[in-house]
Amino acid sequence: MTKMTMVEALNLAMRQEMEKDDRVVVLGEDVGVDGGVFRVTDALIKTFGEERVVDTPLAESGIIGTAIGMAVYGLRPVCEIQFSGFSYYIFHQLEAHATRLRHRSQGRFHVPLVVRAPYGGGVRALEHHSESREAYYAHTPGVKMVIPSGPRNARALLVSAIRDPDPVVFFEPKALYRAFREEVPDEEETLPLGQPRIAREGEDVTIIAYGAMMALVMEAAEELQEKHGIAAEVIDLLTISPLEDDMIADSVKKTGRAVVVHEAPRSFGPGAEIVSRIIEKSFYYLEAPVKRITGYDIVYPLSAREKYYMPDAGKIIRAVQETLKA
Amino acid sequence: MPRSEIELPYRVEYLSILDEKGHVDTALEPDIPDVLLLKLHKEMLAGRRFDERMLNLQRQERIGTFPPIKGQEASQLGAVANLKASDWMVPAFREALAEFWRGKPKENFILFYGGYEEGGAVEEGRNDLPVSIPVGSQMLHAVGIGMAIKYRRQPDVVMTFFGDGATSEGDFHEALNFAGVFQSPVVFICQNNQWAISVPRSKQTHAKTIAQKALAHGLPGIQVDGNDILAVYAATREAVERARSGGGPTLIESFTYRLSLHTTADDPKKYRSEEEVKEWAKKDPIPRFQTYLKNKGLLSDEEIGQLETEIAEEVQGVVDRAEKRMQEEVDPLGMFDHTFAELPPSLIQQRQEMEHELSLMQEEASHD
Ligand SMILES: Cc1ncc(C[n+]2csc(CCOP(=O)(O)OP(=O)(O)O)c2C)c(N)n1
Ligand SMILES: [Mg+2]
Repeated sequence: MTKMTMVEALNLAMRQEMEKDDRVVVLGEDVGVDGGVFRVTDALIKTFGEERVVDTPLAESGIIGTAIGMAVYGLRPVCEIQFSGFSYYIFHQLEAHATRLRHRSQGRFHVPLVVRAPYGGGVRALEHHSESREAYYAHTPGVKMVIPSGPRNARALLVSAIRDPDPVVFFEPKALYRAFREEVPDEEETLPLGQPRIAREGEDVTIIAYGAMMALVMEAAEELQEKHGIAAEVIDLLTISPLEDDMIADSVKKTGRAVVVHEAPRSFGPGAEIVSRIIEKSFYYLEAPVKRITGYDIVYPLSAREKYYMPDAGKIIRAVQETLKA
Repeated sequence: MPRSEIELPYRVEYLSILDEKGHVDTALEPDIPDVLLLKLHKEMLAGRRFDERMLNLQRQERIGTFPPIKGQEASQLGAVANLKASDWMVPAFREALAEFWRGKPKENFILFYGGYEEGGAVEEGRNDLPVSIPVGSQMLHAVGIGMAIKYRRQPDVVMTFFGDGATSEGDFHEALNFAGVFQSPVVFICQNNQWAISVPRSKQTHAKTIAQKALAHGLPGIQVDGNDILAVYAATREAVERARSGGGPTLIESFTYRLSLHTTADDPKKYRSEEEVKEWAKKDPIPRFQTYLKNKGLLSDEEIGQLETEIAEEVQGVVDRAEKRMQEEVDPLGMFDHTFAELPPSLIQQRQEMEHELSLMQEEASHD
C-alpha cells in the first residue's frame, strides 16, 4: 500500500499494464517527454520508450483514428486527450467507427481502445478547460463511459478499462487529481466496469453522484448527519454508461427519496436518465419528487463566476432538506 | 507513357531582410513611412513590457493562466500592420499584440485572464473575432469571412493566425483547401514558434517547411524570418495586396520562437534546453529593430529610455484600471447573458433558481 494522488494512481495503472502486456501503448499530445500536462503519464517514456509512449502531432481525430487501426490490429491503445473540451475532434472517429466496427464486421473486429481525458470545473481554467460533457459519450451506443472519484478506484477502473475488449471513454476529475491521497495497493487491483458502489449507507435519502461531485456530496452527507440528523445513502456511479440501476432502485425503495448531483448542464444530462430509471423501477416507493442539483444550461463561466455555477455542499444540503419536507 | 517531372507553378521562398545584428539588405528593404516604423517599435516594446508584467501578475495570482508572447512581437505586428480597419483578423490565442494593434484595450486582456467574460468583448467597429483556444479551428472561419467578402464584392481581406502545432489539425488543411478552391482573400499567418507545448516542430510534420503545405492546395507559400519585422511586413504586404486585388490566399510561415512559457502552467525545462533558448534570445526581434532605427537616425538610446518610462506608466495605468474593475462585485447572474439572443423560458427559470440560491447563500452567510 502506498498513499497516492489520483495522478500517481493512474500512472501506476498504465505502468503496470504496460509491464504486463506489450500490446498496451500510450498515445497523445505531450504524453511522452513532458509526461502529460497534468503529469499523468510522467516518466512512462523513460521505461517504455517512444515507440510505446508516443508524442503525437497535434490532432485529436488523428490520435483516435490511428488508435482504431492499432486496436483492430491487436494493440491496446490508451489515448490521452489533453482536455475533454477538445474531445469533440474525436467524436466522429469514435461514433462512426470505434463504437461500430465490432457490429459492422459482425464480430470479426473489435476496438479495445481507451480515451482518457480530464474533465470538470473548479480549477480556475480558461474556456473549454472546465466542462463536464460526459452525456455526449453516455448517449453513444457502443462505448462505455467511466468516471472515477478517488485515487484507488481510478487506478482499478483504468486497469479494467484497458483490459476491456471495447472502447471506453475514461473521464478524470481534474479537480481531484491532487486533492487528496489514498492508500493504493501495490499489487494489481481491478474494479468491474458497469458497477456503482455505495459510498455511505443511510436510510433517509439517496444521493446519486460521480466524479468530482463525490467529494462535495460526502461533505454534504457528513453535515446532514451531524447538524441535521439526516442519514443520507450515497451512491457513486463510477460507470455512467452502461448504467447499472439495481443498486439505485434498491436504495430508493429503502429511502423513498432521491437527489441526483452532477456538474454537467441539467437538460438531457446524466441526471435525466438516472431520474427516469428511478421512476421506472421505484415510482411507487417515492415519497417526494426527485431533485437534481446540476450545472446550468449555459456556457461554462470563467473563474470569476464559476463558483456560482458549480454545485456545492450548501446546495446539496438544501435540496435534501426540501426533499425531506415534501 | 513517360515518367517525367510535373511542372508546379510555385516554389517556396525564404525571406530575411534585417539580420540579428541589425544589418539590412537595402535591395529588399520595404518602404515603410518613418511614423509607422516608430509606432511599430513603440508597440513592440510596449507588448514586451506588458507581457512581462502579466507574468508577474500571474505569479502573484492576481490573474489566471495566460499564454505569453515574448519573442513573437515582430511576427504579429509586422503582419497585422498591413491591415486596414475594415479588414478582418481571426486570431488563435497567442496574438495579444496583434489584437492590441487592432484596438483591443489592454485592460480587457487582464479582465479575460482574470476570469471575466467581459474581457472577451469585441468593441463595435473592430472586425476581429475573439481568441480561439481549440487549436486550428479558427482558420476556417477566416476563409468563410473571405468568401462572404467576395460574395458582397467588398475590397476587404482577412488575416488569420495559428501556430505550428495547429498545422497538424485536419481543419488547417480544410481551410487551405477551401481558400484555394474559392480563392478566398485570406492571408494565413503561421507563427511557427518551434514548439507546441512540449512537442517540437520536427515532430509535428515530416515536411521541411510549413510554407510548402500551401503548394498541395495550389496557393503561394513563403517562409519569412519571423523575428525580422521588415521581412514579415514585406511578405505580408505582398500577400494582402494579392488578396485585395483578387489574387487569392497566401500562406506565410513566420519562423520565430517562443522565448517564454507555453502558458503559465507550463515548465519548459521538462522538454527543451536552456542553450536553445539562449541561442534564440540572440535573435530577439526588438534589439535588431532598434539598431535599424538608430542607424536610420530615427531613434536614440535616450529616446528609448523615455519610451520605457512612458510605457511603464501606461502599463501601470492599465493594471490599476483592470484591478479596480476586478475588485468590484461581479454579478453572478451575468453568466446567463449572451447565451441566446433571447433567453428561452427554461433558462429564465434556471436564472431565477440561481437568484433564489444566491439569496439563500447570503442569508446563510449572515447567520455565520
Ligand atoms: C484542439 C486542441 N487540442 C489541444 C489543445 C491544448 N493546447 C493548447 S495550445 C497547444 C499547443 C499549440 O501549439 P501551436 O499551434 O504551435 O501554438 P503555440 O502554443 O505554439 O502558439 C495545445 C496542445 C487545444 N487548445 N486545442
Ligand atoms: Mg507553436
